[in-house]
Parts: sequence; C-alpha cells; structure tokens
Amino acid sequence: MRRLVILGGGTAGTMVANKLRAAYPPDELHITVVDRDDDHHYQPGYLFLPVGIYSEDKIVRSRHHFIPDGVELVLAEIDRVDAAAKAVHLGDGRSLEYDTLVIATGVEPRPDLTPGADHPDVHHFYDLPHSLALANAMKEFSGGRLIVHLTDMPIKCPVAPLEFTFLADAHFRERKSRKKVEIVYVTPLDGAFTKPIASRELGQMFTERDIRLEPDFAVERVDTEAKELVSYDDRRVPYDLLVSIPLNVGPEYVARSGLGDDMNLVPCDQHTMRSLEHPDIFVLGDGGTLQTSKAGSVAHFSVDVFMENWPYYIAGRELPHKFDGHANCFIETGHGKGMLLDFNYGTQPYTGGFPFPGVGPMTLLGESRSNHLAKLAFRFVYWEFLLRGRPLPFTTDMHLLGKKIEGEASGTANKDLVLGLLKRHPAPPTTTAKAAKPSARKPAARKPSSPQRAGGPKTPAASRQSAGPVPDYVPIVAVDSTADPSTILPDPIIPKF
Amino acid sequence: MPTTRIGGRAIDVNDEGFLTEYSQWDENLAPILAGYAGVEDLTDEHWKVLRFLRADYPARKETATLRRVASVGGFDMKELFRLFPGKPAKKMAYIAGLPKPKGCV
Ligand SMILES: Cc1cc2nc3c(=O)[nH]c(=O)nc-3n(C[C@H](O)[C@H](O)[C@H](O)COP(=O)(O)OP(=O)(O)OC[C@H]3O[C@@H](n4cnc5c(N)ncnc54)[C@H](O)[C@@H]3O)c2cc1C
Repeated sequence: MRRLVILGGGTAGTMVANKLRAAYPPDELHITVVDRDDDHHYQPGYLFLPVGIYSEDKIVRSRHHFIPDGVELVLAEIDRVDAAAKAVHLGDGRSLEYDTLVIATGVEPRPDLTPGADHPDVHHFYDLPHSLALANAMKEFSGGRLIVHLTDMPIKCPVAPLEFTFLADAHFRERKSRKKVEIVYVTPLDGAFTKPIASRELGQMFTERDIRLEPDFAVERVDTEAKELVSYDDRRVPYDLLVSIPLNVGPEYVARSGLGDDMNLVPCDQHTMRSLEHPDIFVLGDGGTLQTSKAGSVAHFSVDVFMENWPYYIAGRELPHKFDGHANCFIETGHGKGMLLDFNYGTQPYTGGFPFPGVGPMTLLGESRSNHLAKLAFRFVYWEFLLRGRPLPFTTDMHLLGKKIEGEASGTANKDLVLGLLKRHPAPPTTTAKAAKPSARKPAARKPSSPQRAGGPKTPAASRQSAGPVPDYVPIVAVDSTADPSTILPDPIIPKF
Repeated sequence: MPTTRIGGRAIDVNDEGFLTEYSQWDENLAPILAGYAGVEDLTDEHWKVLRFLRADYPARKETATLRRVASVGGFDMKELFRLFPGKPAKKMAYIAGLPKPKGCV
C-alpha cells in the first residue's frame, strides 16, 4: 500500500485528496492530509469584506466537511520535511513517513518582510483578520488619499489588488464621497498588470475612473510616522489610508527543509508539478514555481493534469500529460460588474468572449454583469464542486474560441472539442441549495514564524540554505544569429527604459 | 522574432529589443547595450551584477528578479538603483542579454 501525505488542506490539498480517494480504494492508497487548524477559508471572499459585500460567516468552514471519508486529517503545524528519509516532522513531535509527498501549503502574506508594513495602520486584505480590520478602516475613512500598493510579485490572485481598487472606487461613488477621495495605485510593475494587452485595457479603466497609476515603484519601507511609502530610489508617496499587499512567500518549514527558493517556493516542473529535486514530491497550488497565476483556477487545472499522470507515476513511467499554465481570473470592476481574464503560458489575456454555460457568454477583458455574477457564483462552485473534486464547467486546456488574438497564442482552438467538454460538464445550479453550517470560530491572527529582520532587503529567512547554489560565472564565446542576412534590421530595437 | 545588428553582429531579439539567445551575448556586447539603456560607464560594480545574472540564468531559465539579485547575489538594493537608475531590473537584464524578468502573473 502506498502512503501519500498531503501537506496543506487548503484549495489544492483538499481537491487532490478528494480526487485520489474517489479514484483509489484505501487499501491501495493511504492518504493523510496535514493542516495547522480546522478552518478552511474561502480566500476570494477576503476581497469583498472591506467594501461590505460579504460577511465573515460566508468565508470560514470546517475542513472536516471537505475531507472525504477514508482520508486521515491531521491537525498540526508542519515543522520540517526530511526528503532524504521521506518523513514529515510535525510541531507536536509526531512524524509521518511517506512514499509520495504532495506539498500544497500555498503562500502567505508577510508584511513583516517590509520595514514598517506590519504596523497596525498599514492595511491589507490577504488574511481574515486584516480584511476585517480594513473593513473598519474603510467605514471610518471620510476622505483623503487612498493608496493601494502592491509590494512585489508573485502574489496569489494577482488581479485582487486591481479589483480592490475598482471596488473602492465604486464604494466611495455609491456613498457620494468619491470627490473627497483621491485613489492612487502604486505598483512595482511598469503598468497596471503583468501582461501587455490586459495592462493596456486595465490602464484605460483606471483613467476612466480617475485612478492614478504610479508604476515602477520598488518599495523599501513604509514610513508610518510621516505616512509615506518610500522607494529604493527615494520616491515618496504620501497616504491617508494605506492598503499595501504584502510579499507572499511560502511557509518557513519549506525553507527549514531546504526545499525552497528565495521566496520559499518549491521549484517544480512547469508541466507536471513534480519537484525538480525529488521525484516523489509534487507541488500543487500556490506553493510551487509555475510561471502562471497563483489562483484557485490554476490549482484546479493543474490537479487535473496531476490526476491524469498519477497512474504513470505509480508505474514508474514518464509523465505524459502536460499542464499548459491555464488560468482564468474573474475581475470585479465595481457597480455589480466584472470581467474575465483567460490565459496560459503561451497566450496572454485577450479581449473577446468566453462560453460559460448556465451563466451565459462572458466578456473577456471587458466589463459585464454576467462576469460579476459568475464571480459571486464562484463561491458556491468553490465549496460544492472545486474542493470536492467534482467536474467544473471549464476545460483544463485553455481554448482560443471567442478570443480576439493580437499576437502569439497557444491553446486549443477546436470548437467541437470545447463544446463537447462543456456539454459533459453541465453548469452548476445558481442557488445555494445545501449550505453546510459555517464554523463560528474566529481564527486568531497568526504570528509570522520567523523574527523580523532589521534593515537590508527583506527576504524569507532561509533563502541562504535553499535550493541550488548559483554556479560560478564563466565567460562564453558568443555566436551570431543564423537568420537570413537579408532579413536583418540595420538598426537596433531599443526597449523603453 | 526580429534579428538586428548590434556592434556589427547579427543578434536575435524579441519585439521589445531584448536578446532571445543566451549564446549570442558576450562581454563585448554589454557596453553597447548599456549605452542603449542609458548606463554610461560599466564599472566593476556593474560587472559584478551582470556576471551574477549571467551565472544564475542557465539553471533556472529565468532572469533573477531584483529581489533575488539582492538576497541571493548579496547586492544592496539601493546600490542596484544607483547603478541602474530608474528601472534596474529591466536595465540589468537587457545589458546582460537576458529576457526581461517576468513579473509573473
Ligand atoms: C484576497 C484573495 C482573493 C483571491 N481571489 C481569487 C479568485 O477570485 N479566484 C481564484 O481562483 N483564486 C483567488 N485567490 C487565490 C486562491 O485562494 C489561492 O490560489 C488558493 O487558495 C491556493 O490554494 P493552495 O492549496 O495552494 O493554498 P491554500 O488554499 O492557501 O492552502 C494552504 C494550506 O496550507 C496550510 N499550511 C501552510 N503552512 C502550514 C504549516 N507550516 N503547517 C500546517 N499547515 C500549513 C494552511 O493552513 C492552508 O490551509 C485569492 C486569494 C486571495 C488572498
């Protein structure tokens, strides 16, 4: 009997436990899930709390509801993985041996890694206590300068800071106080978003809403006395209310185990999610190094590929199924509207339409009411379908149907195939039929597991001992392009700096 | 993908102008690229950073982010901004003949 240990009972861990349990009997595969507590949070809900759209009871449920029978749920802090001995050591002194390990412990917001950012007046909405505190601050805010600030990529749900900005704009307009509020979006990127076309469209939406963009801002610290964000090149942005999305890094145990990179992310194959160092470790969800969004939708699509590969893995064969980086993100744009981004490794988000049965056609990179409804319906889909490993009304391979392509693209453009898949996965009902009782317990604010370090660039504590040292520099003899000489442009192309 | 002439050599670049082939860059190309990026003189300090970026790239197939250059390379972040003013991550990558570091998605 194979022993599988899944670290983390969040989105990806719960999903994969359900899928594997449904596919393999307990006497073939023993499954253990480890998480520190019994509170499963619907994290996308954190976004809505500060603007009063959600209440807390919609966000937290007991993990036990979603972990299937025949799967052992161990509630303990993970202290360390000994990959050589194939064992996990828990904070309470217990140890678990495994044949296969799935790391699904995600990433967590770490304001303590930016000097000044863990001050109580610096807000964010990346965990429940902070989201609730921000809700209060928003209520009390009567006017002035609201700064929405992104510390650095990658963060989970990279569109969430933009969404919050749009929702805040709508929130103050609805309260007729928008004129008294100046909104500035401060980002280390050179535009509103990482991908060019989405960045252009979103930038336009900022202009329409009178939201100012402050790009290329690499924050050094928050000066909470002067109420200013300070960058490494000494730019200062004053604020009255600061919402600063912290660095998102993997948990400290990853670093202690020598499994992580400089952000405590576990390096993994882009297509199979297998650890690059340890063939019996897989990384699902946000905790790995996939070059795509850290999002529930990605967790879902990549778990599907993991499941398809599992029999090959067990047989010791090469893994034939390849994840394409497919992500789709609903973006709330305020006033009951939303938009949808759909992309993968090779294709950036385009404008166009996206067929979503039951909710109707969705507008890609454009605002519509159906997009907003889909985002709200997603909570139901999350609890009832996604976590439980039931099929969703999306396809795992991204398809290009309905997209207006403006450049390079990769994906499935086969209409019949796409429609076929959609037919097989009927749309979920739109009413919340049977809602499990939410757990009433309030999770306490978690202390970061490493002490705050003073001065210098902040990175997770363990970067020094983690994955792969940098080899020595060796000069090379350059080769020229083999392009047809008649096609060579006489002048260089110089990027915008 | 276009091919352009830089320093008299045929070099493959992307639409934005970043080199696409690791093997087409050498140390003679760097001062020319630095000039295009508005970095006048490549000092020893600049070279240390560029060499770190070049050495770090092949195994990871990914250009080090500013944060990685600081934390793993051991460079001071403020110093990086002084050496490559304005957009250090973009300038460093360009001069080292590497792809623009992904902001990820
Ligand atoms: C504000 C916000 C909005 C979002 N909006 C969307 C959205 O609209 N759409 C979307 O698709 N995604 C969204 N996401 C992202 C989505 O929530 C995550 O991508 C998803 O939850 C990742 O799943 P995961 O399993 O990797 O990690 P998680 O679900 O975070 O689970 C990790 C688990 O590991 C446990 N853990 C970590 N360290 C330890 C330890 N040392 N010991 C024991 N247990 C540990 C944690 O308790 C947690 O339960 C949003 C996220 C945020 C914060």
